[in-house]
Amino acid sequence: MLKIKNLHATVDGKPILKGLSLEVGRGEIHAIMGPNGSGKSTLANVIAGRDGYEVTEGSVEMDGQNLLELEPEERAHAGVFLAFQYPVEIPGVNNTYFLRAALNAQRKARGEPELDSMEFLKLVREKLEILHIEDDLLHRAVNDGFSGGEKKRNEIFQMAVLEPRLAILDETDSGLDIDALKLVSDGVNRLRSEDRSMIVVTHYQRLLDHIVPDAVHVLSDGKIAASGGADLARKLEDQGYAWLESGGIEAVEQAASA
Amino acid sequence: MTTEIELQAPAGAAEDSVVDDFVSRKYRHGFVTDIESESAPPGLNEDTVRWISARKKEPAWLLEWRLKALQQWQKMPQPDWAHLQIDPIDFQAISYFSAPKSDKDRPQSLDEVDPKLLETYDKLGVPLHERARLAGVAVDAVFDSVSVGTTFKKELKEAGVIFCSFSEAVQDYPELVRKYLGSVVPTRDNYFAALNSAVFSDGSFVFVPKGVRCPMELSTYFRINAAETGQFERTLVIAEDASYVSYLEGCTAPMRDENQLHAAVVELVALEDAEIKYSTVQNWYPGDENGQGGIYNFVTKRGDCRGDRSRISWTQVETGSAITWKYPSCVLRGDDTRGEFYSVALTNNYQQADTGTKMIHLGKNTRSKIISKGISAGHGQNSYRGLVKVGQKADNARNFTQCDSMLIGKKCGAHTFPYIEVGNRTAKIEHEATTSRIGEDQLFYCLQRGISEEDAVSMIVDGFCKQVFRELPMEFAVEAKALLEVSLEGAVG
Repeated sequence: MLKIKNLHATVDGKPILKGLSLEVGRGEIHAIMGPNGSGKSTLANVIAGRDGYEVTEGSVEMDGQNLLELEPEERAHAGVFLAFQYPVEIPGVNNTYFLRAALNAQRKARGEPELDSMEFLKLVREKLEILHIEDDLLHRAVNDGFSGGEKKRNEIFQMAVLEPRLAILDETDSGLDIDALKLVSDGVNRLRSEDRSMIVVTHYQRLLDHIVPDAVHVLSDGKIAASGGADLARKLEDQGYAWLESGGIEAVEQAASA
Repeated sequence: MTTEIELQAPAGAAEDSVVDDFVSRKYRHGFVTDIESESAPPGLNEDTVRWISARKKEPAWLLEWRLKALQQWQKMPQPDWAHLQIDPIDFQAISYFSAPKSDKDRPQSLDEVDPKLLETYDKLGVPLHERARLAGVAVDAVFDSVSVGTTFKKELKEAGVIFCSFSEAVQDYPELVRKYLGSVVPTRDNYFAALNSAVFSDGSFVFVPKGVRCPMELSTYFRINAAETGQFERTLVIAEDASYVSYLEGCTAPMRDENQLHAAVVELVALEDAEIKYSTVQNWYPGDENGQGGIYNFVTKRGDCRGDRSRISWTQVETGSAITWKYPSCVLRGDDTRGEFYSVALTNNYQQADTGTKMIHLGKNTRSKIISKGISAGHGQNSYRGLVKVGQKADNARNFTQCDSMLIGKKCGAHTFPYIEVGNRTAKIEHEATTSRIGEDQLFYCLQRGISEEDAVSMIVDGFCKQVFRELPMEFAVEAKALLEVSLEGAVG
C-alpha cells in the first residue's frame, strides 16, 4: 500500500532522514518509535507534504502513486490523513463547517457529489456514535480553547469523517492523561479497517498497549534501526533507547526475537 | 496615554504618481454664465461654490454656509498626521461638480460593460437586475427598479419616515436641514469636512419622527435607487425621541466611479432613547495590483448621542479605495448613552488604510465598545487609530476596546495608535490588542484536510472577522464575506 524507499529529507538544510525504507500493507498498523530527534515527526510531515521539509532522495508511493509530486491538499484528496501532534486553533471558524468544507473539497476532487448540510449532519451523527463521543465539539470553533484531550479527540473525529486510506498519528498520546488516552485509542481502534492503513508515531510504548500494531519499527538517526512485532515495543520499554547509541542493534533484535 | 505599536516595517510601498490621473477633463462649456453645463471647470474658489449652489437652486443661507466653509478650508493645511503616504493633491485641478451622466453617454446594455467587472459581480453573486445599475447602464435599460422603489416609498411615507436625497431635503424640508446640518460636524471640524461643506454635491437625508421604528432597513431602498451621488457626499440622519433606524450604505459590488477624490461627511443625531445603526460596506476601486489608480477616500463620520439613553452603532467593512482615512465617532453627550464601533478593514496590494474611531464620553454612565479587525495582505498598510476620551463630568464612563490585526504574507504592515484621555477618576477603560500572522500552521492544517489554499485563507479571515460580521444584517454579512474573498484573491502564494 505504502512504499517508502531510501528516503532522505532535510529541514533547514539539515539532514534528518537518511535513507529510510518502509512498507506498510493494506489495513496494517505500523508503529514508529524512537528517541527524540530520530526523525519520527519529520517522516509524518514529509508524507503529508509540509512546507520546509525537503526530500533530497528516495521515493514515497501509495498504491503506485508517487506522493512526493502531489501538493499537500492533493495528498489529502488521495486519502492521506495526518493527526497532528499539536492540532491548530482557527478562531471563529465553526468545527462542523470546517469539517464539511474539508470533506466536500475531498469529494469534489475525487469526482464524488458534495454532501449538503442534512446529509453531512447525518454522517456526523453516525461517526459520533461509532466513536462514542459527545457532540459538544461540533458547535465550537476549530480547536479554539480545547483542552489537550479535546484536541486529540477532535483529530480522531475528523479522521472518522474523512475516512482516509492512510492515517498517520503523530504523537497522538502526547499530553494525554490515562482516561483521555483510552478514549482516543478506543476511537482509533474502532476506525481500524481493511481499507485503512495506519502509521502510529509515538515515543512511548503505553499507546501501543491500547492500539496493538501489526509491526513496530525503531527509528534512529533517520533510519530504521530495528523492526519487529508488537512485542518489540514492550521490550524497548524495558531497555529504553540507550542501546541505540552504542550501536547494539543486534542485541535488541535478539531481545525482540527471544 | 499614547502608545504606538508597529509591526513589520513597510517594504517600499511607493505609490506611483496617481496625481496624473486626477481629473483633468475637457469642458465644453464656459464658466458661471452657463448654468446648464454638465460639469464645473476645474478649480475651487468662491465662484465655484456660488455656481454649485445656484445650479442646485439652494436658499441663500445654505450658500452663505458653504462660503464660510470655503473660507475656513482655504486657511487650513492638509493634515499629515495619519500613517498614510499620499501624493500631493492638486485641489485646483479637480472639478467640483458634475451632473449625472445622461443616458445616451452610458453603456446601453451589459454587453457594453467591461467583462472583468461582470465576472466580479458573478463571484459576488450580485442579482442580475442589480448588475446593470451598478455597471452604470442607462436607466431605462434597468428593469424593475422603479416599481420596487415606489412600493418602499409608500410604506415609509405611511410610517412618517422621510428618506430622500439631500438636494430634495433642502427644497422640501429646509427647516430640518438648517437645524441639524453641521450640528455634529461643524464646517471647520477638519480639512476634508470643510472641503465637503463647501462643495458637497448630494447625499441622503433621513428623518425618523418621535416614537417611530423605521419599518425596513434603509439599505434595500437605497441600493435599488442609488443615483450617482458624486465625490462629495453629504448624509444627515436624524432620529427623534424613542425612534429607531438602521441604515446601510454602500454596496459590496465594485461601483463604477470616475472621481478619484472622495470626501464625504455623515452626521447622525440621536435624541432621547433613540437608536441609530449605521452600516457601511465600502468597496471603491482600490487601484491595480501595482498601486496604480484607486480612490482616495477621506471621510468624516460622527454620531451625536444628544438625548439621554440614546445609542449609536457604527459597523463598517472597508475593503476598497487606495487610501482610506476614516474615523466614525460617537459623542456620548446624553446620560446613559452608548456608542459602538465595529470595523473590518482590509488592505491588499498597495492599499493604505488609517481608520478607527473616537468615543467622546461627556454624559454620565456612558458606555462605548470598539471592536476593530485589521487585515493586511500584499504590500497593504493598515493602521488602527482610536481615541477614547472621558470628560470631567462623565462619571462612571466605561470603554472596552479590542483591536486585532492579521497579517497575510511578509510585505504588509499593521499599526495600532490608541489614544486614551481620561478626565474623570471613575472611568474604566479596557484595551486589548493582538496581532497574528496567518500561520503557516493554520494553512497547512487546512491543506492537510484537503482544503485549497485560497479557501483556507478566506475561511481563516472570515473567522477572524466574525465578531464584526455578526453586527451586520444577515444578507449584508453574507455579501461582506464574499467580498473579502474576492478582495483577497491572489493574496497568498
